[in-house]
Amino acid sequence: MSRWIHERSGSFSRRHLLQAGAGLGASLLLPQAFAGRAFAAGDADKPAIGTWPADVQGDTVYVGAAVPRTGAYAVQGEDELKGWQLAVEHINNGDPLLKEIAPKVTKGLLGKKVDLLVADSAAKPNEAVQEEQTFINQNKILLMTGSTSSAVAVALNKFAQREKVLYVTGISGSNDTTGKDCVRYGFRQNFYGETAANAIGPVLVKQFGKDRKAAFMTPDYTYGHTVTKSVNDYLSKNAGWTMVTNQVSPLGTEDFSQYLTNIANSGAEFLINVNWGRDAVLSIQQAKQFGILPKMTLVVPYQIPFLAKETGPELTAGVYAATDFWWTLEDKYPLAKKFVEAFYEKYKYRPEWGANNSYMSFAIWARMVSEAGSFYPPDVIKQYEKGETFPSTVGDVHFRKEDHQLVRPVVIVRGKKPSDMKNDEDFWEVLDIVPGDSLMQSPTAFGCNLGDYT
Amino acid sequence: MFNWSNFVSQCFNGLVLGALLALISSGLTIIYGTLGVLNLAHGAMFMLGGYAGWVAFSVTRSFIAAVIAGGLFMMVVGVLVERVIVRHFYKRPHEDQLLVTFGLGICLVELVRFFFGSLSKSVPPPAPLVGITPLGFMFYPTYRLALLGIVAIALLALYIVLYRTRIGMIVRAGIEDSVMVDSLGIDTDKVFMLVFGIGAMAAGFAGIVNAPVVSLSPDVGEAILVQTFVVVVIGGVGSFPGAILGGLIAGEIISITSMFNPAYSYVMLFIAMTLVLVLRPYGLLGTAGRE
Repeated sequence: MSRWIHERSGSFSRRHLLQAGAGLGASLLLPQAFAGRAFAAGDADKPAIGTWPADVQGDTVYVGAAVPRTGAYAVQGEDELKGWQLAVEHINNGDPLLKEIAPKVTKGLLGKKVDLLVADSAAKPNEAVQEEQTFINQNKILLMTGSTSSAVAVALNKFAQREKVLYVTGISGSNDTTGKDCVRYGFRQNFYGETAANAIGPVLVKQFGKDRKAAFMTPDYTYGHTVTKSVNDYLSKNAGWTMVTNQVSPLGTEDFSQYLTNIANSGAEFLINVNWGRDAVLSIQQAKQFGILPKMTLVVPYQIPFLAKETGPELTAGVYAATDFWWTLEDKYPLAKKFVEAFYEKYKYRPEWGANNSYMSFAIWARMVSEAGSFYPPDVIKQYEKGETFPSTVGDVHFRKEDHQLVRPVVIVRGKKPSDMKNDEDFWEVLDIVPGDSLMQSPTAFGCNLGDYT
Repeated sequence: MFNWSNFVSQCFNGLVLGALLALISSGLTIIYGTLGVLNLAHGAMFMLGGYAGWVAFSVTRSFIAAVIAGGLFMMVVGVLVERVIVRHFYKRPHEDQLLVTFGLGICLVELVRFFFGSLSKSVPPPAPLVGITPLGFMFYPTYRLALLGIVAIALLALYIVLYRTRIGMIVRAGIEDSVMVDSLGIDTDKVFMLVFGIGAMAAGFAGIVNAPVVSLSPDVGEAILVQTFVVVVIGGVGSFPGAILGGLIAGEIISITSMFNPAYSYVMLFIAMTLVLVLRPYGLLGTAGRE
């Protein structure tokens, strides 16, 4: 060893030594210098987990969104994205609306600016996971979001648990997201198959009676299968309805003629369409072409943002649907009014439920982080799991600690006739707001096992 | 559950579905057969034709104007694309051709998304073709019935151009042996430009006549492209009659399978393609040696 030092020292100038020493000294000192700013009191003794604490070293913290901007769910993805953008803007400004949901937010979150990174997932699980992985590697994101397809939500759930990075879902209607595929690191704000079925089921039975025949249209992935099952279970068990056919189509189907031919020959009285996004628009338009509509009564158990705008209100008039949010709730909830106004001012249209879901998801996350006083993921998770009641755009809500599902109402709407519309976005009439508690299955019914904190 | 009325309905539906696939595939197969370029922008051209037609419809409210605009606009786009881009790739490896047309497709789709957004655009069928027609075994959308006739006429027109004109003879000769055609002193340069234009026009025409059935979005060509490739492979690469036969077979497979279980309709389509590749590697009406 000494021989090596001796030999090397000949070419090692005093200047190099000073530079190296200064560098070494700085590298030893810097983490502590940063530590004073990055860690909240009590964070210093916590072991690193996921991207933490690398994610909170700078002035800005990053959130990664993998959202469909192309493909069958592109229209809904853009709306969601606007909700997140508005929420980030409100977090950074300390907007009064956001502060009603998250009172401890000042300007930014725990003294840091929040920045949203966006990638197009095309509603494909593999692409969404790949993009979030890139965000983790390159930007040390501390929160993931995105999904307009439950296939993406379930994939990102598992990825979040593996990477120990928090994930709040975008739109995800599958029972599995907070059921058998639930995770400790994932949280869902919006309604889902079971709550939709239990909310719209009684309305259908009351309106149309018992022993009716229904044809289902189901997109071929976790969302479609679980929503169809929940709705069919409710109607068959409680009112003796029969599923005469279930037409399962892949996500992104363009021509539904072969499915509709089967439905036309099925003898059904109701068309319960679980298809979503562009699939729903096309299947409904084509059902009209085939004369299935208005011969059969259309039911949309899981509302699709912009459906009425795309198909035209003639096709959605009289249609019953269950949804998460509709802008006319502004008449009932003050926070909804503030949200709709802020959104309209920025984007020049009234938000759909996807945008509301995105906004609320981030506002709730900001609340949990600011209440916990730390970005340390297990602390934030435990804050969610306290199950505290807080205000939202649909009244008071709380998280269920056993499956990380928000307990929130489901809104029942019916399509308005064009002649009844008060403005060009007045497509739906709110019939009922069903409280969440009564709609949810027991926390263990769908096999949720959250997994570890660390 | 099997019932005859549904079976007949599905067979009929398969015919309509197949006719449309045949029309789109014919453009793809003519271009590949003559130029040796596999045009991955074909789906985007189908989409762009639809949007061109939609713009014309919005201005004139005439469906016929929309169809003419969709077809002609794509012919012009096709000629321009061939002159400016594709021409430089004839002598380059197939991978380069795939990449450049794939990239072109993405550009076209995103340009349309930029200008028109992602919300669906509808083109209603002309007034006499609105509504449903009773066929005895089922009620069928009148426009889809008419589509069968529209596509048949378009395919007949393509047939006449390819089989009854001098230019068609050159094109077909080019498909069989392009080196020999060149050696005979025929200006293949112009022929190639024209063929690409005709292929793009077929895609654009299909795009606009399909618009009343499937409303437009920037991604409308994506799924079609995959199905079209399957049709071309089944029918035989470069074969015009093959594209028609392949289209009809694909339409029937998709429709009839979906009667039993819709989830398997595309699986069956790919199984059929695999069988064709195993038993007749050049496709049902393809010939060895074509490139």
